Amino acid sequence: MKVVRVIPCLDVDRGRVVKGVNFVDLRDAGDPVELAAIYDTQGADELVFLDITASSDDRDTTVAMAQAVAEQVYIPFTIGGGIRTVDDARRLLRAGADKVSVNSAAVARPELVSEIAAEFGSQCCVVAIDARRSGEVETSLGPVPSGFEVYVKGGREATGLDAVAWAEKVVSLGAGEILLTSMDRDGTREGFDVVMTRAISDAVNVPVIASGGVGGVADLAPGVLEGGADAVLAASIFHFGESTVAEAKAALSSAGITVRPA
Amino acid sequence: MAIKIAVLDYGIGNLRSAQKSLIRAGADAQLTADPEVIAAADGVVLPGVGAFGACMAALERTGLDVQAKQAADSGRPFLGICVGMQLLYEESDESPGHPGLGILSGRVVLLPEGVKRPQMQWNKLQLTTPGHPLFAGLDEAWMYFVHSYAAENTDATIATADYGGPVVAAAAVDNVWATQFHPEKSADAGRTLLVNWVDWVGRRATS
Repeated sequence: MKVVRVIPCLDVDRGRVVKGVNFVDLRDAGDPVELAAIYDTQGADELVFLDITASSDDRDTTVAMAQAVAEQVYIPFTIGGGIRTVDDARRLLRAGADKVSVNSAAVARPELVSEIAAEFGSQCCVVAIDARRSGEVETSLGPVPSGFEVYVKGGREATGLDAVAWAEKVVSLGAGEILLTSMDRDGTREGFDVVMTRAISDAVNVPVIASGGVGGVADLAPGVLEGGADAVLAASIFHFGESTVAEAKAALSSAGITVRPA
Repeated sequence: MAIKIAVLDYGIGNLRSAQKSLIRAGADAQLTADPEVIAAADGVVLPGVGAFGACMAALERTGLDVQAKQAADSGRPFLGICVGMQLLYEESDESPGHPGLGILSGRVVLLPEGVKRPQMQWNKLQLTTPGHPLFAGLDEAWMYFVHSYAAENTDATIATADYGGPVVAAAAVDNVWATQFHPEKSADAGRTLLVNWVDWVGRRATS
């Protein structure tokens, strides 16, 4: 039985949640522990923290945050952003994160994926893939066929990598999960790029988290039914209090998708 | 007196979550590799993440394979979690040629074809031995699973979950109980399960 996970995503900068989280009754809108506990209560299946801390000198705060979250939140959570080495991963996992997500650093040095998987197991190793539609892309190996190209630096820098081939490669290196974000859809509220999600989901036999473009709870089910995703991730619809995780689950459930009851 | 739990620390992965959730369940839980602490504990927990062979090698390196077997043989409550459950069996398809602890009979096999591996999701338990104290108050509970391998179904199975067919989710023989899922990551349901286990440890310790 496939049980689809609903995953709120929180951006954190120097250990504080940023980007307009807006709950009523929140004592401290920047406190990751308090927000995580609210999402846990709402029935979130996992949480993703995306670390946007600019300076690596400030990353100790992210480790401290992981520890604080792990003290009080008893659902799995992933930390992504800025992880460049096995040592970075180790610090976050030791602090209590269940998984780490790597993105740009894996593009720069794919062995990072196999190193993290070998040291901590594939189940800890998420590879985040940010991709855009690009028709055929010219690469040093010639045109790539899937029409989805991997981007880094928050969607600003093209890599020439074909997203499907890249997903297959990171799984072969030991990635245990793919967090796939459509940079075309991210922030548009037009719904997931289900064609791209399907292309990746069909290509790999590890779970795929669909991300990018959710504008309401009705956008979630197509990611699963058409895109084949195993989990759905959203940020703004939850943070701004427009929708609760329970409402997201009700929408998935009414589309015939099995979820853990909220 | 607080109930003393030794969480076997053999240097792998995130063991703090297991320790913390046992403390939350009311126990005095310590991460330890010290034979004296393990011998003095009322109950012993064997956690585990990563590959079967790597975990067995780490257990052997720290001598905790012997400690684990002695604790299980002593009749004191023993709980294996995730790969810590798998290590209790005789062997695993994940690491051929590297025997497990052999505390439980049977082997560990790859999840069925046709499903994504790892299973990384919450799943609903089907209790195959109704009334087992581990699941008091937990009929049809949802628990969090992360695994690509699971124990073969044997007489020890007390719960399954449907993932391409029934997959063994928990097992128990006498004092040795084990869960394939992560109670420490399973929100309130996981907490209830750990409270059940700690309560049982307490009853055994005073009887």
